Amino acid sequence: MKQNVIEFRNVSKLFGNVAAVIDNNLAVEAGEFLSILGPSGCGKTTSLRMMAGFEQPTSGEVYIRGENVTGVPAFRRPVNMVFQHYALFPHLSVQDNVSYGLRQRRPRPATADVAKAVDEALSMVRLDGYGSRRTYELSGGQQQRVALARALINRPAVLLLDEPLAALDRKLRRDMQVELQNLQRNVGITFLLVTHDQEEALSMSDRVCVMREGRLVQVGTPRELYDKPVNRYVAEFVGKSNFFKAGEAGKVTSVRPELIDVAKSKKALPDGLVTSTEAKVLNRIFLGEQTEYRVASESLGEFAVVTPRKAEREAGAFDIGDRIAVGWRAEAARLLPDE
Amino acid sequence: MTAALLAPAGVFFLFLLIIPLAVVLVFSFGERAPAGGYAAAFTFDNYLNLPARSKAFINTLTLAPLGTLLTAIIAFPVAYFLAVKVSPRWRVTMLVLIMAPFWTSQLLRYYAWIMLLGAKGIPSWLALIGITDVRLINTPWAVLIGAVYGFLPLMVPPIYVSLEKLDKRLLEASADLGATPVSTFFQITLPLALPGVATGSMLVFILLMGDYILPQYLGGGKVFFIGNALVDLFLQSRNWPFGAAVSVALVLIMLVTIYAYMRFVLSRGDRRRAALV
Ligand SMILES: Nc1ncnc2c1ncn2[C@@H]1O[C@H](COP(=O)(O)OP(=O)(O)OP(=O)(O)O)[C@@H](O)[C@H]1O
Ligand SMILES: [Mg+2]
Repeated sequence: MKQNVIEFRNVSKLFGNVAAVIDNNLAVEAGEFLSILGPSGCGKTTSLRMMAGFEQPTSGEVYIRGENVTGVPAFRRPVNMVFQHYALFPHLSVQDNVSYGLRQRRPRPATADVAKAVDEALSMVRLDGYGSRRTYELSGGQQQRVALARALINRPAVLLLDEPLAALDRKLRRDMQVELQNLQRNVGITFLLVTHDQEEALSMSDRVCVMREGRLVQVGTPRELYDKPVNRYVAEFVGKSNFFKAGEAGKVTSVRPELIDVAKSKKALPDGLVTSTEAKVLNRIFLGEQTEYRVASESLGEFAVVTPRKAEREAGAFDIGDRIAVGWRAEAARLLPDE
Repeated sequence: MTAALLAPAGVFFLFLLIIPLAVVLVFSFGERAPAGGYAAAFTFDNYLNLPARSKAFINTLTLAPLGTLLTAIIAFPVAYFLAVKVSPRWRVTMLVLIMAPFWTSQLLRYYAWIMLLGAKGIPSWLALIGITDVRLINTPWAVLIGAVYGFLPLMVPPIYVSLEKLDKRLLEASADLGATPVSTFFQITLPLALPGVATGSMLVFILLMGDYILPQYLGGGKVFFIGNALVDLFLQSRNWPFGAAVSVALVLIMLVTIYAYMRFVLSRGDRRRAALV
C-alpha cells in the first residue's frame, strides 16, 4: 500500500460562523499529482493553508507522513507552498529567494552546497543564469518559476500550489501546465494543486478531488470523475452534460453531449439506441475539432449535442432550423442523484 | 510652467536658506567687534578656536546618534504592534494617542520630566526598593530619556507606514520556507521596513543635532549641545564670528553624516526601491 503523505481526518474549519471546510477526509498518496477542484469560496485555499500550517483546524487532525502535525506551526512542517501571487521577497535576488529555505536549516548547509543546489533548482525551472537578477525585473511566468524553484529546492513532502497559474495569460498557462506536469514527474515530489479550472485539473492530475461548499464530493482519476460522477454537481462541474428528468424522484439522467448520436433521420441512426427522438436545431457553435449544436425535442426539451469533425465530413453539417434525429445508447445515460 | 511652479520654492530657498547661510559663512571669517557683534575681517582664527567648544561637539555627536538609535529601537515595536497586531479599526486612534504628547507645550513637558527625573522623582522611588544614589537629572541619561520621549511621535509614523505596506504573505512565505518567527523578523520584516526607519531616523537626528531646549532643561547646563553653545555665543557673549564658525562646522558635520547615512541606505538602491513597490 502506498503511504499517505498528507491526510485529513475529519477536518473542519470555522471562521466565526462561516464553515469553510466541513468534516473532510482526504488522503494524498506519495508521488501523485492531486488537484482540488471547486468553485470560488468552496474552501480550497483554506484546506491548503491547514496543510501548510497557516491555519489550524477547528476540529479533526492533519497528518504528514503518518505523523500528527495538528497544531504544529508552518515553519516546522516539511511542506512548501507556491503562493498565488508568488510572494517572492522583493529585497532579495533570485538566488537569495531560491536559497532561502536551505539557509533556514540548522546546522547551516555549506555555502558551496547551497550555491550548487540553487543552480540545479534554477536549471530545473529553465532559469539558468538568472540567479543575480532582481525578482521584479522578471516576467510573470519567470516569477512563477522562481517561486517553484524556491519551494522545490527544499524537497518538500508535498508541494502545495494555490491557483499557481491564475495570474498568467492563456497561452502561458497552457505551457506552464505542461511544464508543471513534467517537473512533477522528474522530481518525483507529490504535488497538490488547487484550482477552479476543471480543464486544468483534468489535464494535469493523477487524481482530482471535487469540493463543494466545504465538503469533498468525489475523489478519483479524471476519467472516473468524467465517466462515473457520483452526482449531478460533479457531472456538471467536470465536463459538460445534459440532464433529463428521470422516473425516480430526486434523480436525473445525465447524458454527455458527445455521447449522443445524430443523423438526418431516425432511419439513419445507428442500431441499439435506448432513446431516440426527432429534434430541431436551434443553434450551432463551431469549435474547430468539433461542432456543438443546441437542439430541442418535444419529449426531452432543449439540450446540447457535440459531433466530431469527422462525422460531419461524412454526413455533412446541420443548419439552424433543420429537423434531425438524435439518440443514445444505454451506457451513455447515467442515473444520478439530483444534487 | 514648471519654472512658475518652482518659483515660490526658489524664492523661499534663496531668502531663507542661501542668503542666511552666505551671511553666516562671511561672518565666520570676521572678527568680534569690541562691543560684540561682527566686524569685517578675513581670518581663520574662529575656526582654529573651535576646539574651545569641543565639549559641546562631543556631547552632540554622541548623544544625538545615540538618542536617534534609542528612539528607533523603541519606536519599532510600537509601530510593528500598530501595523500588524492592532485591528485596523483601532489603528488611527492609537496613532493619535501616540502623537498626543505633541499637543501640549514642549516646555511644560520638559518641566514634567525635570520633576520626574529630579531627586524627588524616579530616584526617590528607586531608593524605596534599595537602589540608592541614582542621579538622572542633568546627566546624559536625562537627555537621552527626553530625546526618546520627545521624538518618538516623529519616529513611529514613518516606520508604521512601511510596516503597514509590508505584504503579510511574505511573512507566511518565509515561515513556509522554514524560518522561525525571529528569523523572519530579521530577514524579511526589518529589511523591508528599513526605508521607514531611515526616514524617521533622519528626521529625529537632524532635529536632535540642532536642539538646545532639551539639553538646556534636562541637561541643566551640565550636558550641553552645540545649540546651547550657539545660544551662548550669539546672545550672551555676542561673539558672532565665532558663533558663525561653530554653525558652519555644525552644518558641515550634518551634511557629511546625512550624506554617509543616505549612501548607506541607498547602497541597496534597488532593494529600497523594491521595498517601496
Ligand atoms: N480568514 C478568514 N476569515 C473569515 N472567513 C474566511 C477566511 N478565509 C476564508 N474564509 C471564508 O471561508 C470560505 C472558503 O474560503 P477559501 O478561501 O478557502 O475559498 P477558495 O475555495 O479558496 O475560493 P477561491 O477559489 O475564491 O480562492 C469562504 O466563504 C471565505 O469567505
Ligand atoms: Mg483560494
